[in-house]
Amino acid sequence: MSKIFSAFSSSRSVVPSQSVVSGVVSSSAICSTIRSLTLSQRSGFVILLLLCLYAYLGPMLLDGDAHSQNLSAILMAPNAEYWLGTDHFGRNMWIRLADALQLSLMMAAVCVLTSSVIGVTLGVLAATSSPWLDRALDGVVSMILALPGLVLVLIFAAIVPGSFLILYVAISLIQWIEYFRVTRAITQRLVSSPEVQSSKLIGFDGWYLFRRHYWPAIFPQLFTLAAFGAANAVLMMASLGFVHVGIQPPTAELGQMIVELFPHYSEAPWLLAQPLGLLALLVLACHLMAQGHKEGGDKGVTQ
Amino acid sequence: MAALLLRRFLQLLAVSWGVGTLTFILMRALPGDMAYRIAAGRYGMDAVDSRAAELVRAELGLDQNAFSAYWQWLMDLLTWNLGNSLVSGASVTQEIWHMLQHSVLLALVGTLLAAAIAIPLGLSSAYWGGWLDRLMLACSTAMRAVPVFVIGLLTMIVFALEWQMFPVAGFGTPAHLVLPALTLALSLAAVSNRVVHTEAKRVFDSGFFEFARTKGFSPWQAFRHHGMRNIAVPVVAFFGVQLLTLIEGVVMVESLFSWPGVGHGLAHAIFARDIPVIQGAALMMGMLFVVMNTLVDIACYYLDPRGGRLA
Repeated sequence: MSKIFSAFSSSRSVVPSQSVVSGVVSSSAICSTIRSLTLSQRSGFVILLLLCLYAYLGPMLLDGDAHSQNLSAILMAPNAEYWLGTDHFGRNMWIRLADALQLSLMMAAVCVLTSSVIGVTLGVLAATSSPWLDRALDGVVSMILALPGLVLVLIFAAIVPGSFLILYVAISLIQWIEYFRVTRAITQRLVSSPEVQSSKLIGFDGWYLFRRHYWPAIFPQLFTLAAFGAANAVLMMASLGFVHVGIQPPTAELGQMIVELFPHYSEAPWLLAQPLGLLALLVLACHLMAQGHKEGGDKGVTQ
Repeated sequence: MAALLLRRFLQLLAVSWGVGTLTFILMRALPGDMAYRIAAGRYGMDAVDSRAAELVRAELGLDQNAFSAYWQWLMDLLTWNLGNSLVSGASVTQEIWHMLQHSVLLALVGTLLAAAIAIPLGLSSAYWGGWLDRLMLACSTAMRAVPVFVIGLLTMIVFALEWQMFPVAGFGTPAHLVLPALTLALSLAAVSNRVVHTEAKRVFDSGFFEFARTKGFSPWQAFRHHGMRNIAVPVVAFFGVQLLTLIEGVVMVESLFSWPGVGHGLAHAIFARDIPVIQGAALMMGMLFVVMNTLVDIACYYLDPRGGRLA
């Protein structure tokens, strides 16, 4: 009995971090989360916020759309009418870039969301339910990992060319593994821990165990994974656009814009610089956000 | 060791099955009548008539039902009969072998160049620290934020267009190899120099290294006897992690510089929907990946005979 009580007191040490992640997120929790961010995380967050603002509000500031061509005004330098100039078909770069950015942000968001939900769910299930499921999932994972991610995405892209949906499926198919492995490792360690054992003895159900024991340990890790996952999703889509097998023209996409504008480098280097810079900025923001949190998260788990 | 090799062998089988199945689905998912599509790919859009389509249908066995076609497909794969390219008509096996030589050359030179960049930079930034360390950190962060094809574009702009030191793209002379290999090396070194730095710092700050210095070794002697192998194990292990970057980098860099390797062939085949070549190239990429992973595992095993690292 005393063993169970001591286990209880140790499980209580998880509580403070849980107040941040449990269903109701109070404003003080948000404030303390912001204060706990490192400088690079904050700057990454600010960059991402600015990019989101530009992607979703930027196009409203100018008339016109991303597709209408104006062949009498091609390769223009930034001016009052076209804030970032026009491309080789006289399309408005300001609006096209915002469109492309929207697409990238959307891809990053849906990929992170899908792969994290699937990865965490399967990871917890693999660690807690039958060993048969664990082995089966392990087999699936080593099969997917045997093929380089980009090659897998390329083959998927070949099945339905130019489809956002198939890219999303392919990228998520690769990315859930990362969440799965981390979640499984953490949960496996917790399953045999005294606090989970005593919770089980008392008769709490699986959902309670997840909410109370597993999730607080998994959550700090998720943020880093999500930030890198978002960066990879963006890069993957741009890479595919760059080799002409991703999103097809005329839809604006960063990688494809880069390859379209490259032949016009000598006449209009500023045009090539725009999608390049935007892509780098977006990935940099994600990488910055991933920094710092990692050490904090690791400490939380190893303690 | 045997368990590891078995695991890798199973992975190899899984790759073949996965690629075979995916490309089979790809074959079946071509919109419209497959025979017409393939005939159009082979003879050009205007030269297709029902006779050409029938020829293609008979040749590729497209009139079978899905299940027996799938079985046939896997059997062909198992006997390493990859068929002929739908576009050029040449044997896929030969084409892939030809491409593979170029890819391996590029990957090898890129990796060596990356090691030549990352190891001195990582070691010196760990040894001296200070502004060199901060500069390297900033450079690495910036390099990691740009995809490999952007690095390629920048090297192309700087070295080929502005300074005209090397040819823009293509293949033939050793000069053509410089920019693709440099691009690959930079993208690899951006991360690995930080790994070398961290590991070197760990060793330099460790008690045994301190002791080696105290008992009178010169920095070089201490490094050679106590530092090198200790730093090498995690760095080589990290190279295993980086293989993914390497293979993906090869695909992108080859496409960018028109380097006639497997990645370039794969991208082109996908663009032309040349399914046998897609299958062959993807298969080769996957197998290369598994084989290199195995080699890294073995290298780690021999570098660190204490064992336990071999999963």
